[in-house]
Amino acid sequence: MKVKYFAWVRERIGKAEETVEPPASVRTVDDLIKWLSARDDSYAYAFEKPKIIRAAIDHAHVKSDTAISGAREIAFFPPMTGG
Amino acid sequence: MTTPVTIRIQEADFDVAREMALLTRGRTDIGAVVSFSGICRGTEAGGEIAALTLEHYPGMAEAEIERHAEQAMSRWPLQGLTVIHRFGRIEPGQNIVLVLTASQHRQAAFEAAEFLMDYVKTSAPFWKQEESAEGSSWVEARAHDDAAAARWTKS
Repeated sequence: MKVKYFAWVRERIGKAEETVEPPASVRTVDDLIKWLSARDDSYAYAFEKPKIIRAAIDHAHVKSDTAISGAREIAFFPPMTGG
Repeated sequence: MTTPVTIRIQEADFDVAREMALLTRGRTDIGAVVSFSGICRGTEAGGEIAALTLEHYPGMAEAEIERHAEQAMSRWPLQGLTVIHRFGRIEPGQNIVLVLTASQHRQAAFEAAEFLMDYVKTSAPFWKQEESAEGSSWVEARAHDDAAAARWTKS
């Protein structure tokens, strides 16, 4: 699946998007955050406060306990500040 | 007739008068148009800022605004609406966002415009970065913006 990062999450990780293939044990958005955070310090830094991180699956906001199976694109970003 | 809905995410500036004319052109059923423009301020928390840079999530930004436009149309008797949100570098005094709502009477137009702006601020995927003499920093989300959006979910 494709994963996209925005704003300071993108800056901390150092990339805007990538393709990942997490193991089957990674079932929810929260699981994916934990799995990514274990990769290296930049991910751990981006996700150091997982409660404030927002997620979207296929362009719709989702909660952290949402299942990721079937997702084409998952995005992680800080709270929105547009308008 | 179907309600004309215009949603655009663009780097270029917009012309409020032109957008309003497009919304009402050839129509005699519209009795009220409310226009909200969000403009880049030159100061933030007492400090001067040189510019804002807006990042967005292409595709989701349009989708999220469309979802709230549909909600607004099911909630209020609207004759048309326009939402334009810019991205990229925006200097003080320049436009950031435009919401236009048209209806037969003013109350629906006022309320729908406020509803749309509250959700554009809290759920459309845009992020502001402030540029000042001290460097660049990401703008933090404000609790009162979330509270403003939450009041529309109360029955």
